[in-house]
Amino acid sequence: MLERAEIIRQEYLRHDKKFPHVWCPGCGNGIVMNALLRAIHHLELPKDNIVLASGIGCSGRLPTYVDFNTIHTTHGRALTFATGVKLAKPQLSVIAVMGDGDATAIGGNHFIHAARRNLNITAIIINNNTYGMTGGQYSPTTPYGSKSTTSVYGHVEHAFNIAELAVVAGASFVARGTVYHANHLNTMIQQAIVKKGFSVVEVISNCHVQHGRRNKLGNAVQMINSFKENAVPVGKAEGMTAADMQGKFTIGVLCDVEKPVSTEEYDRVRQAAQTEASRIAEEKAKNGVKRYEE
Amino acid sequence: MEASEGQKKILLQGNEAIVHGALAAGCRFFAGYPITPASEISEILSVKLPLVGGTFIQMEDEIASMGAIIGASLAGVKSMTATSGPGFSLIQENLGYACITEVPCVIVNVMRGGPSTGLPTNVAQGDVLMARWGTHGDHPIIVLSVSSVSECFSVTIKAFNLSEKFRVPVIILSDEVVAHTRESVILPNQNEIQVFDRITPSVPPEWYKPYAENNRGVPDMAAVGDGYRHHVTGLVHDERGFPTQQPKEVEQFLNRLHNKITKGFSEIVMTKSFEMEDAEVCVIAYGSVARSAMRAVKDARMQGIKAGMVQLVTLFPFPRKVVDSALRQCKAVIIPEMNMGQISREIHRVNQAGTRIIKHNRIDGHLITPSEILKHLISV
Ligand SMILES: Cc1ncc(C[n+]2csc(CCOP(=O)(O)OP(=O)(O)O)c2C)c(N)n1
Ligand code: SF4
Ligand SMILES: [Mg+2]
Repeated sequence: MLERAEIIRQEYLRHDKKFPHVWCPGCGNGIVMNALLRAIHHLELPKDNIVLASGIGCSGRLPTYVDFNTIHTTHGRALTFATGVKLAKPQLSVIAVMGDGDATAIGGNHFIHAARRNLNITAIIINNNTYGMTGGQYSPTTPYGSKSTTSVYGHVEHAFNIAELAVVAGASFVARGTVYHANHLNTMIQQAIVKKGFSVVEVISNCHVQHGRRNKLGNAVQMINSFKENAVPVGKAEGMTAADMQGKFTIGVLCDVEKPVSTEEYDRVRQAAQTEASRIAEEKAKNGVKRYEE
Repeated sequence: MEASEGQKKILLQGNEAIVHGALAAGCRFFAGYPITPASEISEILSVKLPLVGGTFIQMEDEIASMGAIIGASLAGVKSMTATSGPGFSLIQENLGYACITEVPCVIVNVMRGGPSTGLPTNVAQGDVLMARWGTHGDHPIIVLSVSSVSECFSVTIKAFNLSEKFRVPVIILSDEVVAHTRESVILPNQNEIQVFDRITPSVPPEWYKPYAENNRGVPDMAAVGDGYRHHVTGLVHDERGFPTQQPKEVEQFLNRLHNKITKGFSEIVMTKSFEMEDAEVCVIAYGSVARSAMRAVKDARMQGIKAGMVQLVTLFPFPRKVVDSALRQCKAVIIPEMNMGQISREIHRVNQAGTRIIKHNRIDGHLITPSEILKHLISV
């Protein structure tokens, strides 16, 4: 184990970057970064072929620390940049790392459209139920009744279920993991990267500093342990009632379907266009019509 | 004029000519969102880009379009988007990102009446200062304008070249009249067209510093996936691309961003002069209004008035030298604009000689006519 940790540290962290990182001690973001690196290491993907795009937030800082082609974009827009990169160079593995606010508030429209479009891109959403970076305001996943710096009287809105949102928006692969289940998370990320089409991994993570503290959820360890208690594997949840599931959430693969991947569909468009153009050219040549414009 | 061997004389709309120019310049990626009066650019590119192995994509909005073209350009592909007022508002956020990360890209804004949804099918020039200052923070940018179908072609090529050379987003301001006017133009042979591609690093990856100063002030640009793994961020960054707040590094970086444009001034600034040799009174105009101004100057000359015109092709960086000499030469300068006077502000700034400046503004959604300008030429 130690040995592999050392390989990952040496091979994938940016040692020439001015450390330390910006994250609070105990933040779940580090566990997600580690799971992602282990997944990439296990899949033996060349570093030059990996593009990591992120938005803005604590989660958005992740790419800064790792030795890939990294693009720290604007708040909510990581998937739009990822779309451009992927279409320009389809041979690259494009992964977007986003926060819950990033992906489902300001970037919500991009998120559902990326899922519908089904490019071969992997989206990892670190859901810590809050806007960590800006000081703990409520986000689209802040639970009803929770306290935040903008809902001191208790939150009166209802939370998004990010993974289910991705399913109905049309993603090819959707999974949920937590920062407690680190090995499982590594597996989910591997499956998502390997999957052709738009794949989403929602990671339930802790922001004990902003969200946990205001809602008496305990320190980092206590919060992470609560994920162990409240996570129910997808298969097991099927046999449970809504009452049983109260306060709990599913982990595992929520959806895995095959559908045409638009990265490849664009190639089909190019071929169709070129075939059509040569057909017209031939016809014109045959009929003696001078081509005045191609 | 007749087309010579290899050239093509064709009837084109302004928007179509922009497409031809973009393709000739090497544009192979376009992302956009439908909007009048720019939609033809999307529609035609959706047909033509796949033919040359390029990619067209219609995004969910203009914010996304702008993000996508930056992404494609980071991957080494020349990219463009086209929009009009409301969409131009939405691209501003990621436009700033392209400025700070120095990603070449071209943005066409076919101006229509505003504010807001305004006059979707009418002409205006209300976005001139927005093109310069729309995205937040002090930032360098290049803004060009087009007044004819043939300029739609040539200026678009120039826009790509400048963007690639200086690693800066370039905005082309067209307008509804230019966009939808059909004129016959002669398209040059591809080998007569000068195309500039961004300079890529020649050093081995381990030596590569993606934002290092050099004598051009424009760092070499490696494409994502080409073996030069590095970090790109909208935060102010050091020469290796990592975020920094060190005052010295911050200042150095921002100064370089501005200086590279200042250094390239003579190459970036384009103007056209007409009948200026002995002009005593002149019109300074841009966009479709320059066409009316040209007519007015010709008519004035017929009446014995020594009139001339300076057409601004580059709007920003502002062509202060040419404007300054026109102001010194003439006893009065007429500035017709389809806005409340956005370029005339800049001209006032340059007007050290205190020359008489006559603004002529029209904001009713219709083109300023030659006779409106002629009246001013006669009265002075
Ligand atoms: C357009 C824009 N609006 C607001 C912000 C300020 N902002 C920075 S991070 C952030 C929220 C981050 O929350 P989330 O995406 O959940 O990431 P976390 O910090 O929790 O990882 C906000 C609102 C911004 N950077 N850009
Ligand atoms: S504020 Fe929260 S999300 Fe951000 S680094 Fe600290 S613990 Fe993590
Ligand atoms: Mg968050």
